[in-house]
Amino acid sequence: MRKETILNACVLLGLLAVPLWALSVDEPFIITLATKAVIFAIAGVGLNFALGLGGLVSLGHAAFFGIGGYTMGILASHAQNYAPLMEWPLVIEGTKSMPVIWLFAVLFSSLAALVIGALSLRTSGVYFIMITLAFGQMLFFFMISWPAYGGEDGLVIYVRNGFPGLNTLDPIQFFGICFAILCIVLFLVSRMARSSFGLALSGARQNEERMQAVGMVPYRLYLIAFTISGAITGLSGALFADLNRFVSPTMFSWQTSGEIMIFIILGGTGRLFGPVVGAAVFILLEHMLGGLSEFWHVYLGAILLGVVLFARGGLIHLVAGREVAHD
Amino acid sequence: MSLVLLIEQVLNGLQFGVMLFLMAAGLTLIFGVMGLINLAHGSFYMIGAFAAAATAAATGSFLLALAASLVAAAVAGAIVEMTVIRRLYNRDHLDQVLATFALILIFSEGTRWLFGSFPLFLDIPDYLAGPISLPFGIQYPQYRLAIIAVGLVVAGGLFALIAKTRIGIQIRAGESDREMIAALGVDISNLYTFVFALGAALAGIAGALIGAIQSVQVGMGEPVLILAFVVIVIGGIGSIKGALLGALLVGLTDTLAGFLLPNAFGLVMDPAAASAVGSSLASMSIYVLMAGVLLFRPTGLFGSS
Repeated sequence: MRKETILNACVLLGLLAVPLWALSVDEPFIITLATKAVIFAIAGVGLNFALGLGGLVSLGHAAFFGIGGYTMGILASHAQNYAPLMEWPLVIEGTKSMPVIWLFAVLFSSLAALVIGALSLRTSGVYFIMITLAFGQMLFFFMISWPAYGGEDGLVIYVRNGFPGLNTLDPIQFFGICFAILCIVLFLVSRMARSSFGLALSGARQNEERMQAVGMVPYRLYLIAFTISGAITGLSGALFADLNRFVSPTMFSWQTSGEIMIFIILGGTGRLFGPVVGAAVFILLEHMLGGLSEFWHVYLGAILLGVVLFARGGLIHLVAGREVAHD
Repeated sequence: MSLVLLIEQVLNGLQFGVMLFLMAAGLTLIFGVMGLINLAHGSFYMIGAFAAAATAAATGSFLLALAASLVAAAVAGAIVEMTVIRRLYNRDHLDQVLATFALILIFSEGTRWLFGSFPLFLDIPDYLAGPISLPFGIQYPQYRLAIIAVGLVVAGGLFALIAKTRIGIQIRAGESDREMIAALGVDISNLYTFVFALGAALAGIAGALIGAIQSVQVGMGEPVLILAFVVIVIGGIGSIKGALLGALLVGLTDTLAGFLLPNAFGLVMDPAAASAVGSSLASMSIYVLMAGVLLFRPTGLFGSS
């Protein structure tokens, strides 16, 4: 087995072992931290699909994270207030069921990604970075000034949404749900990366002209990748909202986009498990440095700067060495 | 809604646009000459505002405060360029985005560490306080009018610097072919430090000027930074002329949409709903403008593909 495969297995086992250990010593807070890491990892895997595989540096993925979050917030708040979303022409009720919420989160965030991607992908390079950032901000300001769903204050959901057959209020069971989703997403992404679509996308990242010459349309490949990427990040947003039982426009803020990108860079760009490692390390840093100093972002900034300047390829590169193209 | 109110809003839009230009000019120069996307530009805006507020509190002089903002931002810019930014010129945009994002974290939290979380205040000097009477019976704050004037003077100076001086020639040459001007004996790394410090100084003075209208606080730079991005995307990255046009367009759109849209919806809806719908659409208006420009010109108004 390759070093990276072994490392990936260790990371997954570690992510599973920490909350189980926390359960045995009765530390629910650590389970919540691990759940947060898993949810951030899903968001990172989503962005990494566009960024690592397609080379699309999107600084606006907070938009999809937020749309996922607000899908949960809006559906659940209507359900908890017993007020239907719409009464005419047909009655649409809110819902407290996780699978239904996930379905709509994926639907809406992929639709948003399709529209934002279709516009943004007309440009490339630094324009693309700034435009995705601007679209993210557009939704951020819209959510702040739209009073129907809490505006700047956000929405509080009193009880975590339900999943058939499980008690989601139990931290370890909710962790289990998120962890299972992470595994499914990782499996699907690794399959897609090796499919003919993934190979073509990777080719378009490396050399657009060549892909055009063999009859591919890079724009279409990028748009599909961006849409899938947005959908995954949207799903993680719905989970994040359920973890906190609270959604606010902060989910749309550009710092969120930056943080999702940090997960990828800390772990390693383009690596399947890069965002998983990155998110876990980020949560660890947040917890440890946050205990050291109120101003822990200074240290985070310094570490990030060090990784970008001196440790190219992220932590996975440090441990497992260069990327190998094929297994 | 009267004509006088409309003219006042147009002046507000101009003032906002001129300030955005000071931010956007530095960004677009840095991108045009060095090919660097700099997210930390908003930090220089914040540094300028804090330096001005601290100086004004210590000396009581507004002019000294403005000078301090220029110097502090330029020095911070030069130091950052020599220690960090220099290593990023040959990297891809992703590395640049992340490294400068890291710089934002360091600058913002560092400033919070030094000055605390509470906003500082910078007072408008007495000789610029109060309104001034303009034709048609318009009363307009003198200070805002002064900002428009300062902004236009700085913009004119910048155009003269780029068009007429030797260093301007080098900057323009650096935009088109950096290897060639290095081969011709121009010290390219000094030139880069100068351009970066110049951009930082422009952002710093913008921060100080706005700091007297709004409060001076950590994180004040980022919203302006993002608007400045919108400006240079509309104007075309690397073009100073585009930055000026884009800044005025964004400034006017933002101000006028915030003023006109709630009024326009008020004609067809009840006032409360109109102001809610109008203001949420107004907050999106500049992004709609940007999307519209990009649909027709993907590289901005003055951009070259």
